[in-house]
Amino acid sequence: MSPKKNPLPETRETPSRFRNTIGKYIIKRNSNCISCGKCADLCSYGVHIKPEGHASPFRPIEHKCIGFDCKKTDHYCIEHCPEDALTLKENPLLDTMGDYRWPPEMLLGHFALAETGAAPHVNLEYNLGNSGGGFDMMRFVQPDPGLALDISDEDMDTSIDLNKTGDGRPRKTISIPCYGGGMSYGSTALSVIVGRARAAKRMNSLTCTGEGGYPPEFLPYKAHVITQVATGLFGVREETIQQCPVMEFKYAQGAKPGLGGHLLGEKVTEAVAKMRETVVGSSLFSPFPFHSVYSVEDHKKHVDWMKEINHNVLCSIKVSTPTDVDMVAVGAYYAGAHIIHIDGSYGGTGAAPDIAKKNIAMPIEYAIPKVHRFLVEEGARDKICLIASGGIRNGLDIAKAIALGADGCVIGTADLVAVECVRCGNCESGRGCARGIATTDPELGCMIDEAYVEQRLVNMYMAWRKQWCDILRSYGLKSIRELRGRSDLLVHLDYLDQEERNRYQPAPSSKMVL
Amino acid sequence: MPQKYNIHTKAALPRFYPVGKYATIEFREDCAGSCKACVKKKCVYDIFKDNYLHMSKMEEPEYLYTCNSCFRCIQECTKGIFSRVVNPEYREIGDDYWTPDVLGRTWYQAHTGSVPVSGAGYRGPFVGKGFDSMWTDMSEIVRPTRDGIHGREYINTCIELSRRPERLAFNTDGSLATDVRPILEVPLPILFQQPDFGLLSKNVRLSMLNAAQDIGTKLFMPAADVGEDLLSYGPTIIPLVTKKNYHHYPKLLTLVDMVEIEWEPGIETVLSDLKAMNETLCISVGVKLSADLDYAGICVDLSKTDIDTLHVYANAKGRAFESDHPRFIKDMLRDIHLALIDAATRQQINILASGGISMAEHVNKSIICGADGVVIDLPLLIAMECRLCDRCKKGLPCPVAFETLDAAYGCNRITNLMGAWRNQMLEMLGAMGLREARRLRGEVGRSMWFEDLERENFAPIFGERNVSIDVG
Repeated sequence: MSPKKNPLPETRETPSRFRNTIGKYIIKRNSNCISCGKCADLCSYGVHIKPEGHASPFRPIEHKCIGFDCKKTDHYCIEHCPEDALTLKENPLLDTMGDYRWPPEMLLGHFALAETGAAPHVNLEYNLGNSGGGFDMMRFVQPDPGLALDISDEDMDTSIDLNKTGDGRPRKTISIPCYGGGMSYGSTALSVIVGRARAAKRMNSLTCTGEGGYPPEFLPYKAHVITQVATGLFGVREETIQQCPVMEFKYAQGAKPGLGGHLLGEKVTEAVAKMRETVVGSSLFSPFPFHSVYSVEDHKKHVDWMKEINHNVLCSIKVSTPTDVDMVAVGAYYAGAHIIHIDGSYGGTGAAPDIAKKNIAMPIEYAIPKVHRFLVEEGARDKICLIASGGIRNGLDIAKAIALGADGCVIGTADLVAVECVRCGNCESGRGCARGIATTDPELGCMIDEAYVEQRLVNMYMAWRKQWCDILRSYGLKSIRELRGRSDLLVHLDYLDQEERNRYQPAPSSKMVL
Repeated sequence: MPQKYNIHTKAALPRFYPVGKYATIEFREDCAGSCKACVKKKCVYDIFKDNYLHMSKMEEPEYLYTCNSCFRCIQECTKGIFSRVVNPEYREIGDDYWTPDVLGRTWYQAHTGSVPVSGAGYRGPFVGKGFDSMWTDMSEIVRPTRDGIHGREYINTCIELSRRPERLAFNTDGSLATDVRPILEVPLPILFQQPDFGLLSKNVRLSMLNAAQDIGTKLFMPAADVGEDLLSYGPTIIPLVTKKNYHHYPKLLTLVDMVEIEWEPGIETVLSDLKAMNETLCISVGVKLSADLDYAGICVDLSKTDIDTLHVYANAKGRAFESDHPRFIKDMLRDIHLALIDAATRQQINILASGGISMAEHVNKSIICGADGVVIDLPLLIAMECRLCDRCKKGLPCPVAFETLDAAYGCNRITNLMGAWRNQMLEMLGAMGLREARRLRGEVGRSMWFEDLERENFAPIFGERNVSIDVG
């Protein structure tokens, strides 16, 4: 048997950090229970557990319960309980969770992907949000069954090249069509960002320092860490540029287009202040824009400077999505960038004024085809890598973004959801994230360990990879590179007539309380 | 150099516990009792500090205004007795336009004077109706942004309310031949209007007037409501008069620098009378945006008279009056602005827009659509903790006791709200690379509209749209 072309990192069950998990259903056991253990014998999903020697079963593990779908089976615990001690209902807690872009089932679905590395066995809609537009209205066209390939995931190619210029610098191939977005030392717990770097190494991908400098804990993974140079220039040193494979100039970010980075005072601890060479407790508002760049020539100077310091580094230019994002992208190409990274307005992980998130710059769904088309017309498309981010939430969004014209994507929020972020949005307030993710608090910042982050991320990305492979196989494609720009494989429900629309999964459209 | 304009804010705690979004549920029968690991005591935000024993005292369930939804209490309780629901009262406040979220954010801004900031990206629908179907632009690299919010670059938000001459003429000796009237300006493109409902006690009026005076803007209020005790506010007040009653207020009209007369046919005939009462008086004409009227035509005709400002009114939700399918103010503003441009009178007069301005972003978006500034009423009440419950309209007691409001406190809350709104305006203007609110007027090139983005970017891929775009 020939060796598999693309050996994949191992997925491993990595349970929740929390005692009580959140499930789509709640299942309660009342005092009628006689601890007979029948439910534990019946349940094949591990909801009911009664270990040998224990007098009574554990509290049900609700997030594993498939709910009323189980009625059709012969192991529906509710009906088989001899004492009628079990009750099942939909979890009302879900009404208080999530939002239009990340509905509760998308959050729970990603918790499950990160726990198991496979699609959840519970019926959860984790591919579509409830936003009523953009990716949530796009579907892949129904494939011609004759095209389907019969090859294994390991034989499928999901890698992309980051350097297409042929300028003699390394080609740099990453094994999945996405890498980690910048999260700074200071905004996010050290164990989380280092865990991301460990996962990037295992998956042969990349992660990014964000604006907060380069902590020494990154050094063992330096071949997979992008150094970001942002307007505040926090922690940027010659050696951090010399040791990175890719360097990213952040002109703007989708979370707050047109505004500089924010790190509120409470998060500027002694260690953070030292790294950023600032004062403890003092809020850090990065200037905007780069006061050294007011023209395309200035911009080229930046790129040249970067290339001169490190002769092997690839240059990424991160910009947001203004009306003329296509011109900006072409300008980046002519200045010698290897990667143009467009960051749409609906994404971001860090603290941002709400007014900026909702109102400034265009959603990424519009920017990708706009830039892709313009680069094609300019004859530059095959010489630059187009990376999209900002509002790309899940594996299917990535596939859609690639079909719209991107080479790959940058992921931020989903990484945090994988380590059990519930998107409460309080990353910036007081001591920071209460769940220990986006915080530098001495107590909260130690709630997570690196190995947990690493494995949860590997699990989630490998589950996504399975989705990509399924899509590619169904269209007879062997590589995700062949999917780029195949917008003919996408439909938008609002552009179909009623009859055609009925053939596709309808868009979720429940009204939510924000 | 004149002092840079700034709005000074100071925290003003709510007088009444605001309606929280969440309520906790505890299945107390499962509680171990006196648990040393009780999650209520460990709450990171300490929201239970005053009432973690409320259940044993048989108090009301707690509605958590300050709950930050971290779910830790729910996920860490050793017995799993916690759950949470959306507070039913939260679902009831406001309406489909003045949503509970708008109310909550307004309360927060009036309380803190701060810009609402959160992490984890945007969480709303892809697109909405009205103002939610447009995005503003930002600048990158070659059109640099302005670093306004932290005071590193000054962004001017002032607008004029007085008429501008069409052109200047000069005498042969170079002296000015045109009669240039004094310029009347406000430092903020936001003016206030006394709401037409609510417990408008003396202190509520004083709160609005003091705030307007402190931040240098003005308050539109019926001339009949301006008692002797309010005359000292003079130029802060813009009295609202009609063709029938304007002559009842000769004293008031000499103390103010602007008056608003309600539009009705034949209004042009009394403008000279108003000027005769106070020759420096600026005149605004209030035009109700009714579907029955050719409002753009009326505005063009008015712009050719001796008025200074057009004040157009939509209803509280920003919609036209008298219509089964009312248009939204952003589209009506475009009509009026473009009609005035066609008539070559846009540069001479100013447009103020009322109705549906519920959040800071609506100020800039209205200006992009063609207004010079906006006028707000309901946000003033909400800043003072109004819940838009309409109880006052039914003669029922106010849940936040407006009758006991202290004028200094009300002023503080409104000032905080305006401070937060102005900072948000600066964020958007800075991102667009503008240093003048006046430069934004009618600048649709600094905006992106849903229908255009769909047509330009999706139509080449997906073809013709089959679901009509209903974002009006």
